[in-house]
Amino acid sequence: MGGFYGAVVTRGFRRYATYRTATAAGVFTNSVFGLIISYSYLALWHQRPHLGGYSEPQALTYVWLGQALLTPMALMGGGFEDELMERIRSGDIAVDLYRPADLQAWWLSADLGRMGFQLLGRGVVPLACGALVFDLTLPADAATWLLFAVSVLLGGLVSFAIRFLVGLTAFWLLDGTGVSQATLLTGLFFSGMLLPLTVFPGVMGEIARALPWSAMLQVPADVLLGRHRGGDALLALAFQAGWAVVLLALGRLLQTAAARRVVVQGG
Amino acid sequence: MAEARADARGGVRTGLPGQRAGGPGGAPGGYGPGWDRPDSSVRRAREAVRAYVLIVRMWVRSTMAYRTSFVLTALGNFAATGLDFATILLMFSHIHRLGGFTLPEVAFLYGACSTSFGLADLVMGSMDRLGRRVRDGTLDTLLLRPVPVLAQVAADRFALRRIGRITQGVLVFGWSLPRVDVHWTTVNVLIVPMMLLSGGVIFSTVFVVGGAFQFWAQDASEVQNSVTYGGATMLQYPPGIFARDLVRGVTFVVPLAFVNWLPALRVLGEPDPLGLPGWLDFASPAVAAVCCVLAAAAWRAGLRTYRSTGS
Amino acid sequence: MHDLNGPSSGPEAVAGPDPVIELEDVEKVFDVRRKTGWMRRERHQVRAVDGITFSVPRGEIVGYIGPNGAGKSTTIKMLTGILNPSAGRIRVDGIDPARERTRLARRIGVVFGQRTTLWWDLPLRDSYELVRRMYRIPDAAYTRNLDACVELLDLGPLLEVPVRQLSLGQRMRGDIAAALLHDPEVLYLDEPTIGLDVVSKSRVRGFLRDFNAERGTTILLTTHDLTDIESLCRRVMVIDHGRVMYDGGLGGLHDTGESERTLVADFARELPPVELPGARLVSADGPRQSFAFPAGASAAPLVAELAAKHPLVDLSIREPAIEEVIARMYGAS
Repeated sequence: MGGFYGAVVTRGFRRYATYRTATAAGVFTNSVFGLIISYSYLALWHQRPHLGGYSEPQALTYVWLGQALLTPMALMGGGFEDELMERIRSGDIAVDLYRPADLQAWWLSADLGRMGFQLLGRGVVPLACGALVFDLTLPADAATWLLFAVSVLLGGLVSFAIRFLVGLTAFWLLDGTGVSQATLLTGLFFSGMLLPLTVFPGVMGEIARALPWSAMLQVPADVLLGRHRGGDALLALAFQAGWAVVLLALGRLLQTAAARRVVVQGG
Repeated sequence: MAEARADARGGVRTGLPGQRAGGPGGAPGGYGPGWDRPDSSVRRAREAVRAYVLIVRMWVRSTMAYRTSFVLTALGNFAATGLDFATILLMFSHIHRLGGFTLPEVAFLYGACSTSFGLADLVMGSMDRLGRRVRDGTLDTLLLRPVPVLAQVAADRFALRRIGRITQGVLVFGWSLPRVDVHWTTVNVLIVPMMLLSGGVIFSTVFVVGGAFQFWAQDASEVQNSVTYGGATMLQYPPGIFARDLVRGVTFVVPLAFVNWLPALRVLGEPDPLGLPGWLDFASPAVAAVCCVLAAAAWRAGLRTYRSTGS
Repeated sequence: MHDLNGPSSGPEAVAGPDPVIELEDVEKVFDVRRKTGWMRRERHQVRAVDGITFSVPRGEIVGYIGPNGAGKSTTIKMLTGILNPSAGRIRVDGIDPARERTRLARRIGVVFGQRTTLWWDLPLRDSYELVRRMYRIPDAAYTRNLDACVELLDLGPLLEVPVRQLSLGQRMRGDIAAALLHDPEVLYLDEPTIGLDVVSKSRVRGFLRDFNAERGTTILLTTHDLTDIESLCRRVMVIDHGRVMYDGGLGGLHDTGESERTLVADFARELPPVELPGARLVSADGPRQSFAFPAGASAAPLVAELAAKHPLVDLSIREPAIEEVIARMYGAS
């Protein structure tokens, strides 16, 4: 069975790899945005050095990490969820449910494939661009990079789990536009894409840092920036893993309910 | 040259008499003698606007077939574009000035830019669908109609929900007006509408050039985003915080600085970081006009390429 | 019935002196870049249309057929002004499509079988209203044409229905009407019956025949359905490799290739090969047996014979595909 899902991952990867011009165009856009946001952060950190506990180079690194993870984490949409909703609405989902493959595992594999490609295709180059123009603080030790890789993977799981839940709402809602949009906005805001969550003031910041979206950018960035060390790093990963497990389990529950609904309706 | 080749057969029916009940004047096929003839560019522009409005009306009615969805997406558009301002507010929870600008001053820049960009996005935002239409071949059906292709592409899938962004921009701009420290002379009062309109036109031409670019690179619609959305993000902040070369780029290469920076700096009484001559603060309409000419040329070149390569 | 003053004239009356479509040595060459490696690309030229010359008299219905990639749609695109020819001369109703595309657009109608121009979420009537305004059709002409189309295509009950709720056949009828509201001189039809059921197909054909007879609209038709050609066109052009391979009557095409129709019979059980006079058995697959018989012959006696002597469950007749006919034609020459 592992071989089967492995094949789905590969297919997801390949599918996105075919859009070469689009990837290049996306990288360009990510880099332009990275440049613009960098300058706004520079202005901010110029006035408040060590804001949110970041030095200026760390804040800039955060910007470019954000651009690198934006597409892999599907923070602006563009993952599988639209397709899932479309299949639910058209009724094709009934076919998927009767397949020997598990619905959640199948979509997760496909989405991991997509994420894998977009990390390489749309993540690496913008980060390199940023490093060329600005003085970034990227770690030199392999251990931190390894932790970062695990953290990104866990963030990807959380990202998938949330979008899977959103997709499944199509079973109950005729028009998923509202839910999609609301999650997209919440995600952009609470992942730390606009500003690091460590900069959010007071209680708002504390809540933002505890929500699952922080697992998608804030936590991986802090891991790479070396703000979590030793046991602290493990704690951060555990935080991500916890959310991943909870949300994936929720998705499983919802999927079972949805499957029952399809069966009741006669597929 | 098309004008020179006036309709040699105009109005003269060479086919069988009486076969057709006939349009007025017996014009073959077409109706109304005037509309069957090559037109001046003013006339073509008027035709384009008319066609644009016709098609937009159809899309608006189509949109209203799904009213709930429209309300939700318009709200979403409003909120999504508001996130940018939320970021600025968050920044100002730590500081009192950003790049030398107070919050109302940044809001003034932000509101002007968002309003202009929102207008352009509403009117011309569909241009980035051109690549898809080229890829799937549906552009051909637009070339079969007796109205300018640009008008049809611009009106394609007209998204009324984009009034969300304009609303948001206008609100922020309105909030800033009584709070900025400006002596409202006649000149300053007149600059404001000039700035908003010219800005809208400049952004529109960027959309058109971006669309034309997709005749050559169909998958590259995101490049356009970097100039439109990226540019709009940049203009929300004071020019002083950016590297000089970047500011020069958006002044002389892609003249976005004329959208709001230069006129707004004049109103706010701030010096511009490049130290450009003062009269440039009033140059936005002229720059917008030049942009229109260039965009039209780019569009025509793109369409010409399409008609010779078909891909 | 429809407001048609003057006697309607058959195609013969017009043939010859008044060509409405003219092509002289028309060529279209594409530069194609082919990927040969990770980053390497190879440029080469493809002659999609390679010296085509023909003319179509006003009022004629012409079938324009050929295998996929033969240059059919490239020709149509040049005739409508979508594509500019690389060489040669084209005139449609006296207009050079490449130079005056918009002016030409008022005089031609185009229907793509697989692509609707109707507005998905709006009632059919709204699409027509847009056409009226876009083409500036005077009220009288609009009313006359719409009434005629509504009656002949039976669109009355559909006018207020959103297009997304129409069946494929209904939508095709709607599309054809939309292409005719502005009184085009020339109508291009690309696969107008594709995907339609038998009833819808014959209805569309009947309409085109009547409309052509009454209005004298010139029709150029591409199709894969030989029955379209048989029931509509007196003249057929076969295009392959960008050239006109055949230009003449349909009969001539048949003669060159003796096309055959296929009678597929499903029996109640598996039978030994059935002898059917006037046809030959081409395949037996379980209870299903297929017989080929000359396309010109009637199927009725064969069916009667089968039904009388054997336990027949189901029966269908397959028309020869254009490709088959063309393939035979090449084989014969």
